[in-house]
Amino acid sequence: MSAQEQPVIKCDSVYKIFGENADKMLRESGGNVDAAEFQKAGCVVGVNNASFEVYKGEMLVVMGLSGSGKSTLLRCISRLTDATAGNIYIEGEDITKMSDKELIELRRNKMGMVFQSFALLPHKTVIENIAFPLQVKGSSTKDSMKRAMDMVELVGLTDRENYFPRELSGGQQQRVGIARSLAVEPDIWFLDEPFSALDPLIRREMQDEFLRLQAVLNKTILFVTHDFDEAIRLADRVAIMKDGIIEQIDTPANIVLNPATDYVRKFTEEVPREKVLKIKSVMDPVGDETDLSDLRVSQDAVIETVAEAVLSEQKAVAVVDENDKVVGLLHSSKVIHVLFGESSTLESNS
Amino acid sequence: MNNYLTYITNRPKLMQFSVVLIVFFILMSMTGEYHDLMVQRDSFAKAVNRGNIVDSVGFFESLRMIFSWQLPPQLVRLPEISFWNPSVSTSFGYWLVSILVAVGLVFNNYSKASDKRDWFVHHWGQFFTKGFIGILVGLVLAPTLYNWLFGEITTSTFWDVPSLVHDFGQYLMFDFLLVDHWNVRAQRYDDWAAVRVVTRTFADSIQFLITLIREILMGGFKTIVTLANTFSSQTGWDWMGENKGQWYASIPALPWTVLTAGAFMLGYKLKGIGLSMLAGFGCVYLLIFGQWEPAMETLSFVLVAAPVSGIGGVIWGVLAYRSKAVEKAITPLLNVAQTMPHFSYLVPVIVFFGLGDHAGAIATIIFATPPMVRLTLLGLKKVPPEVIEAGMMSGCKNYQLLFKVLIPTARYDILIGVNQVIMQCLAMAVIASLIGAKGLGFNLLLALNQLRIGQALELGICIVVIAVVLDKLSLAWANKQKDYFADLSFVERNKTGLLFVALFFFACLLAWAGNSMVGGSVFNFVDELINSVRSNLASIFDITLYPIKVGVTNYFSSVPHNMGITTEPIWQGGVDWMVSNWQMSIKAFNKMLLENILMPMKASFLAMPVIATFALFMGIAYIIGGIRSSLVIGGFLLFMALTEWWERALITMYMTTFAVVGSVIIGTIVGALAVQNKRATKVILLVCDTFQVLPSFIYLIPVIMLFGINDTAVLIAVMVYAVIPPTRYTIEGLRSVPESLIDAGHMSGATKLQRLIRIEFPLAFPHIMLGVNQCVAFALFMVVIGAFIGTDDLGQFILGALSDKKGIGTGLMLGLCVAFIGLAVDHLINVWSKKRKEELGIA
Repeated sequence: MSAQEQPVIKCDSVYKIFGENADKMLRESGGNVDAAEFQKAGCVVGVNNASFEVYKGEMLVVMGLSGSGKSTLLRCISRLTDATAGNIYIEGEDITKMSDKELIELRRNKMGMVFQSFALLPHKTVIENIAFPLQVKGSSTKDSMKRAMDMVELVGLTDRENYFPRELSGGQQQRVGIARSLAVEPDIWFLDEPFSALDPLIRREMQDEFLRLQAVLNKTILFVTHDFDEAIRLADRVAIMKDGIIEQIDTPANIVLNPATDYVRKFTEEVPREKVLKIKSVMDPVGDETDLSDLRVSQDAVIETVAEAVLSEQKAVAVVDENDKVVGLLHSSKVIHVLFGESSTLESNS
Repeated sequence: MNNYLTYITNRPKLMQFSVVLIVFFILMSMTGEYHDLMVQRDSFAKAVNRGNIVDSVGFFESLRMIFSWQLPPQLVRLPEISFWNPSVSTSFGYWLVSILVAVGLVFNNYSKASDKRDWFVHHWGQFFTKGFIGILVGLVLAPTLYNWLFGEITTSTFWDVPSLVHDFGQYLMFDFLLVDHWNVRAQRYDDWAAVRVVTRTFADSIQFLITLIREILMGGFKTIVTLANTFSSQTGWDWMGENKGQWYASIPALPWTVLTAGAFMLGYKLKGIGLSMLAGFGCVYLLIFGQWEPAMETLSFVLVAAPVSGIGGVIWGVLAYRSKAVEKAITPLLNVAQTMPHFSYLVPVIVFFGLGDHAGAIATIIFATPPMVRLTLLGLKKVPPEVIEAGMMSGCKNYQLLFKVLIPTARYDILIGVNQVIMQCLAMAVIASLIGAKGLGFNLLLALNQLRIGQALELGICIVVIAVVLDKLSLAWANKQKDYFADLSFVERNKTGLLFVALFFFACLLAWAGNSMVGGSVFNFVDELINSVRSNLASIFDITLYPIKVGVTNYFSSVPHNMGITTEPIWQGGVDWMVSNWQMSIKAFNKMLLENILMPMKASFLAMPVIATFALFMGIAYIIGGIRSSLVIGGFLLFMALTEWWERALITMYMTTFAVVGSVIIGTIVGALAVQNKRATKVILLVCDTFQVLPSFIYLIPVIMLFGINDTAVLIAVMVYAVIPPTRYTIEGLRSVPESLIDAGHMSGATKLQRLIRIEFPLAFPHIMLGVNQCVAFALFMVVIGAFIGTDDLGQFILGALSDKKGIGTGLMLGLCVAFIGLAVDHLINVWSKKRKEELGIA
């Protein structure tokens, strides 16, 4: 993703403020919105000056606790609600200025969305739910059913296509939701806490499924969650929100290693780094060392999976990319550092 | 003694209630010289009219009377008021009132404000508005009230409202905005008021639809005449004469076989064998009891009224969902429309739409639409926001969102609405026959007048059968699933349709062939069979039944009205047996009830001076819901007290009170007993369902036969009907008590009775109160219908208004009086149960 490339989604100082005289208050504040002050005047700040870009094929995960404005931000970008101020560009076009007709065209062809509570139509079967966006668009019954059937296979619900949503488990329902959002082959995929309503085991399974799908489809994704582990696990980049403000937006590794604010640090403290960090983020550049061990590890491996092997080596280990080219070195001291942290190193020294 | 005092002072509500009761009884004891007049209904008003007593006395005279323990007449019965001739006075006292009111209002606003420091700076506009209100209250309202209560106002009064409404209706229908209207019969243009053109066009199109369906179902000569009347310049009979030889002038009716086969097949296609049997044998029932023709008349009228109400209801529901303003505007209309007695709609419908089947259908539409609107709105509001968003993200246009997402997702509530519409349509079948709707309802009314219980019951069951079949068919249709992958040929896909077409031709052929068999011996054995059933039954129960004619009926085509078998002798015999065997005990019971309970109760209601009624009800409303509720109830009461029917309203209240108290006691006991046993619960709920769908007129017949024409008969009929909701809600309430609490009761060692009284009843109480609320509505409905037996309350006047040429205003005002009684109770119970649920944390 080079800087010259046009971002698929671009937010430019987006504000969303609920309340009767939100417009007036925002104009008077000149962009410096103080949530507490607005609250006094009966306004609630949903999104406070959000600016960022998402590039093609990238997955941005917006993470925040409930009430942090993450879902509001998502709804501004899909224009399910209108932003109070700011511009939102989808492939260079400002959707805040689009007419209803253009917006419908955009949604019919470029966008798909998955919802927390699945939001399936209770009166339609699995197959009808999945075919719904196609039928709304005006595809023939035959075509839309064929396409929907492909989607059913993709999400692994074959033989259940004539079930009603109420006859499915939560995980299966969300598979239908995912299939529906993908039916029109959208470029942009919005997911609003898609796995939050699921049991932990199913959630894990669905996350794996999701990664598998993304590997095949390579969509541009905006993913909202309140689960920090989920964000770190799935994201290319993570945006952490609090009270409508984006506190930090960076790669998972950078967020874990260099939290920008105290708020972000609170999340990262509890995270077992070896489980989230990849070798890539801790390796040293290839130096002139020639005394390497025979062990080679992939740069995309999570540290935990190779830690034992690396620690049992005396010498530095070579890190390779998918083409087996050596891209860096990993010393066992680095791994100890990640596993036990600085403080524990100090303790063992003293 | 001290203990009792602390007990009461710790319970403010109890103390307030005692105060209200004490005030009430003091006021009750102050009627003095008017008491005897009041107890005989209307006598007080008549005495005023004759000039025997004055209707109001001056302020100081009033004070003097009160000090001598005698209420002045204007507090016993409100005098007539003129509200469009307000008095204005600028004397010092009234200015003082104005200033006090204005200061009070401003201070009230100030005390509620959050930032007190800058309040006067920001809200100086308040002084103008509140000052204006103060002046209005002090200088206009106060002197008007004073003059009304203590002075002399004899100009136009509230009592004139009905005739003004009538005049307004006449003006709208005959004089307002005249336009040319082509008179088909006379071949010329007439001057018609625009409203009349609109309403008559609407009425004609409804009539046309009814006739069209009737033509198909019943066919033949009569309906073609009506159709010709609608369409051509000649009268139908002339047209018939001219086109005598043409084939279309003599299309016969659809043979019953076609419709019955259709019902079997439609039921099978939509749901399966169960529904098929229900629909098909429903038709067979109509046929063998000889009610085919009236049933088809009723069906044609329901098939028009139900879709119009259903679709109209959904449209209004959607509009109300889309716009808060519409919702706010129609909510009170819906409230009133649902609590007004059905009769009071009839008069305006006659005025605006005329008499006939179409008028019946329109009255039905007006009555059946409100629940549909309400349920549509309720259902749409329950659609989860994420589902709407999913629809929008799928790229739905506005109409797609409405028809493909919102309405289908809300379909459970909308289908309940459809069920309600169908039930209401058939409930109206009898009442609509009062203004000219033909069919089962009309015949039921005839049976009622002749006190033929068996006939009425059979007709009632016919109505129930049609209702149930239509309801189940529409439900199955709405839930029908489509199979996208079945790769079927044309014949396979349409096999039901093709089979129906084949059956259609076969049945028509059979009916046609049947014509030539009449008079032969082919059908004679059927005639004989029916005759033998009839005469055997009749002779067993010693009843006269005329034998049907032999050899005139083509049974392949239809069974004429009243030519089928009948169970009438059984019912008639049963009632006769009861009358002859129980007569003495019934008489004694009747006498005891009337003399010891009903008459004294009625007298004490009538002996309430109007001020005491206000004190009691507004006081109770204040205790339950605060000042707002108190004012709402006061408003409802004031409306009734200002009309000339206040005494009649008191009689309605007395009958309703007795019936509700009786029904609630019986209902809760029956419900509580039934819930102890699963099978008993099932049986009782089934009985409730049956009693509810039977046309309520049926209950009038046995009570008249057993008790004669008096209040006992009416009240027992009312209670039979009004006992349904308390029973049902008690069962549901007790069943909804969480299992864990019952277990807790067990583990605390409570006995069955203790558990019921201490745990289950308190928790089920809000639920039971909803049952009481429904019970009041049911009771009011039946008390009004009781007018057919002979009552002297509001209902009798409403019935009278029906046959009064100028009855439109009277009917509506009386209807509002009844509606306000219902709404007042509804308001109180809703406020109470809301508070109670919040307290229990089950809101």
